[in-house]
Amino acid sequence: MKLAVWTYEGPPHVGAMRVATAMRRVHYVLHAPQGDTYADLLFTMIERRDARPPVTYTTFQARDLSGDTAELFKNAARDAYARFKPEALLVGASCTGELIQDDPGGLARALDLPVPVIALDLPSYQKKENWGAGETFYQLVRFFADPARAAAAPATKTRPSCNLLGATALGFRCRDDVRELTTLLGRLGVDVNVCAPLGAAPSDLARLGHADFNVLLYPETGDQAARWLERTYGQKIIRTTPIGVNATRAFIAEVCALTGLAAPADIEADLRLPWWSRSVDSNYLTGKRVFIFGDATHVLAAQRVAREEMGFEVVGIGTYAREFAREVRAAAAEIGCDALITDDYLDVEHAIAALQPELVLGTQMERHIAKRLKIGCAVISAPAHVQDYPARHAPQMGFEGANVLFDTWVHPLVMGLEEHLLAMFRDDFEFHDGAGPSHLEAAPAPQPEATPSAAAIVWSHAAEAELAKIPFFVRGKARRNTEAYAALHGVAAIDVDTLYDAKSHFQR
Amino acid sequence: MSPAPLARSGDAAAAPVLRERGQHEVFCGLTSIVWLHRKMQDAFFLVVGSRTCAHLLQSAAGVMIFAEPRFATAIMEERDLAGLADAQDELDAVVERLLARRGDIKTLFLVGSCPSEVIKLDLGRAAQRLSMRFAPEVRVLHYSGSGIETTFTQGEDACLAAMIPDAPAAAPDAPAELLVVGALPDVVEDQFSRLFAALGVGPVSFFPPRRAAAPPAIGPNTRFILAQPFLTDTVRALRERGAVRVPALYPFGAEGATQWFTAAATAFGVDPVHARQTLAPARERATRALARHREALAGKSVFFFPDSQLEAPLARFLTRELGMRPIEVSAPYINRELVDEELAALPGDAVISEGQDVERQLDRCRAARPDLVVCGLGLANPLEAEGLTTKWSIELVFSPVHGFEQAGDLAALFTRPFARRAALRV
Repeated sequence: MKLAVWTYEGPPHVGAMRVATAMRRVHYVLHAPQGDTYADLLFTMIERRDARPPVTYTTFQARDLSGDTAELFKNAARDAYARFKPEALLVGASCTGELIQDDPGGLARALDLPVPVIALDLPSYQKKENWGAGETFYQLVRFFADPARAAAAPATKTRPSCNLLGATALGFRCRDDVRELTTLLGRLGVDVNVCAPLGAAPSDLARLGHADFNVLLYPETGDQAARWLERTYGQKIIRTTPIGVNATRAFIAEVCALTGLAAPADIEADLRLPWWSRSVDSNYLTGKRVFIFGDATHVLAAQRVAREEMGFEVVGIGTYAREFAREVRAAAAEIGCDALITDDYLDVEHAIAALQPELVLGTQMERHIAKRLKIGCAVISAPAHVQDYPARHAPQMGFEGANVLFDTWVHPLVMGLEEHLLAMFRDDFEFHDGAGPSHLEAAPAPQPEATPSAAAIVWSHAAEAELAKIPFFVRGKARRNTEAYAALHGVAAIDVDTLYDAKSHFQR
Repeated sequence: MSPAPLARSGDAAAAPVLRERGQHEVFCGLTSIVWLHRKMQDAFFLVVGSRTCAHLLQSAAGVMIFAEPRFATAIMEERDLAGLADAQDELDAVVERLLARRGDIKTLFLVGSCPSEVIKLDLGRAAQRLSMRFAPEVRVLHYSGSGIETTFTQGEDACLAAMIPDAPAAAPDAPAELLVVGALPDVVEDQFSRLFAALGVGPVSFFPPRRAAAPPAIGPNTRFILAQPFLTDTVRALRERGAVRVPALYPFGAEGATQWFTAAATAFGVDPVHARQTLAPARERATRALARHREALAGKSVFFFPDSQLEAPLARFLTRELGMRPIEVSAPYINRELVDEELAALPGDAVISEGQDVERQLDRCRAARPDLVVCGLGLANPLEAEGLTTKWSIELVFSPVHGFEQAGDLAALFTRPFARRAALRV
């Protein structure tokens, strides 16, 4: 048994729902008790979907357990087919359904429905949401793209084409990333053959083999399917996640190398991040201490963008996706920080409190942690809340994605010129120290707590007073540096001199 | 104006109930932890379940604003199910860690879930064992909030029923006391206390109590009145202790609140004239507050999907005090004793339904094209997208809506969707 307060991922059948909901003309019959329908509201409320997820729940109750739950399942599957007429029926069990061992796959096949039945075996007590999404997508692809079953290739084909793999419902900015990359690839001269699961019907999956190569957008959900397509159709996989300027350029270079196409000269015409980052107002971003946590795709990309394209200092990265622990550890080792691999949000909170970053890039969980700790935060990964499903086009990928990253990551911080003004005029009553960024709602000044390691170090009254004169947005760092300096030099009591010794020691 | 007296002729209580079986689009009883843990701040709710349970709680709670919530899930894993680990030992270890970290916990509820019920994990035994171990600092109680046994608000019923055996016994010759049963926001409790004092009804206590560790004494001289209509098991447990129910409408709207307070006053022998005079100003305020909403809602039709069990009393309120026309009023289950009077106040042509086949119910709803649909969060946006106006029902459970002073707020929850539709020009 494992004690969980908040969870980053739901159960694997929710992953299957993310695939089914993203697709067209599939229906998922889930052997599940009353109450599991809560998952519908993730899609209708958080993502604001205007239709119910294509899911039927058998809704068995305690009194059914001594009777015939198998019959209940068969009726639900039969009714669901008759009502929704999908091209394919997905069947499976939620965590409780798994325990009663009714074999949804066998039961559904026995109904002899006129459409394929894909039985999903998602072990609820071992696996989690992203795995469930990946497995579901893989099973669908393996079935419908099977060469024995697949659609015949079109006779004429003028331009090279690729598939976009891995975008699901409830993913982070999937809708916008798909649009952005479809446009980008189109400008390179590459057509998108099939985008899946998002927007695809089973009959589209049967055409997957027609593409020249695959673009793996989100390895969490698309990797297994991409590997199978590579084995089956020899389709190369582009694994570079085009998040950030450099990664997008690398992605373009890979596509061009693979297709022999040349990128048009104006491909970067709308890219603004490099100049926004180089313009003098952004000087203040230099060395901002950033902590990054989320799924592997977005964390690995964000740590690169943060360092190379924003000039931040990355002080810690981590992921809840244990499947990608190796990659995240490798990235952390490369930049000389620790990797936090955990799905316990209390561990993450502890790490953030100890590191005292100036900016947190994370999921909605980190947004709550950062809010409590009074640290700026931008959300970069699922799980996300309703405000992270914006009305506007706000991709993470491609050149417009890079522009969006600059805006959203800088937004929680105090503006550059404002930082100087606050430093100069902080004794002015209107510029008072606790005012916070002028474009955000008034928040009390951060009150950094002593780091746990510094428990033995004592601050003199005068040093505390001096520390209080430092603007709030760098005070945490100053306290931390001073204590680190004191610990390093065996200073037990910090006085004003220690403060300035430390300042000169850490001067960049 | 005051509504006509409750009539029983041609009423919906006599009409046959449409019973349906199919997909239930409702929450399970675990969801009630979301308000119970706010109500009893010295209690902690430990769900013994799966990742799905944890995911549900976090999704139902909506925003995670709490520093560290007073609920958590002990997630069962493969080894617990395969018998590699003794689930009871594992549970002990989880509870030990939890109590070590949270010294403020005085009452720990072990809450059963679908998977724990299906594998027949004996939480009663666990609660007994852990209670002995951690007494007197911590009491450990248990109940089931599983979806195979409970829906949404039934979780509160199960929780309250589980607390009753632990409540002290009131002496057989103790003076009569009034127990208000069903979780209410503190602000509403305070209003109710003041009104009861003015009426001369008392002493009054509320159940659940604000501190789970201090439940009220219960005995044969306890008179209890329900503030919520979903408390079947709690009523049974109270009766087993000799307590006597004061039947009444539920305190929604001016009429409901008047009838509710009057029933309590009558049970305590309060002079009817004094009662009427005491309630008059509050009733007057409530009626005034409702007038504006009545203008907006009168004549409009309403369709209730099953959700919180509040459907019958709310439909009565909307019908009698706001002039709405109920097309279908459905509840996850109907306990005749607790809602008969409410149903009797509904017009005879309203369909009363119990249980759910959500697809067929949606067909009926689309065919009826009601002016307002009251439904859960999974259905609201899809129905709005089809052009129907909806009120999502979870707000009715999470907001202060009981009593005279909240009558206007309750009505406003139903007028806002119309006001918004009217305001938008896109």
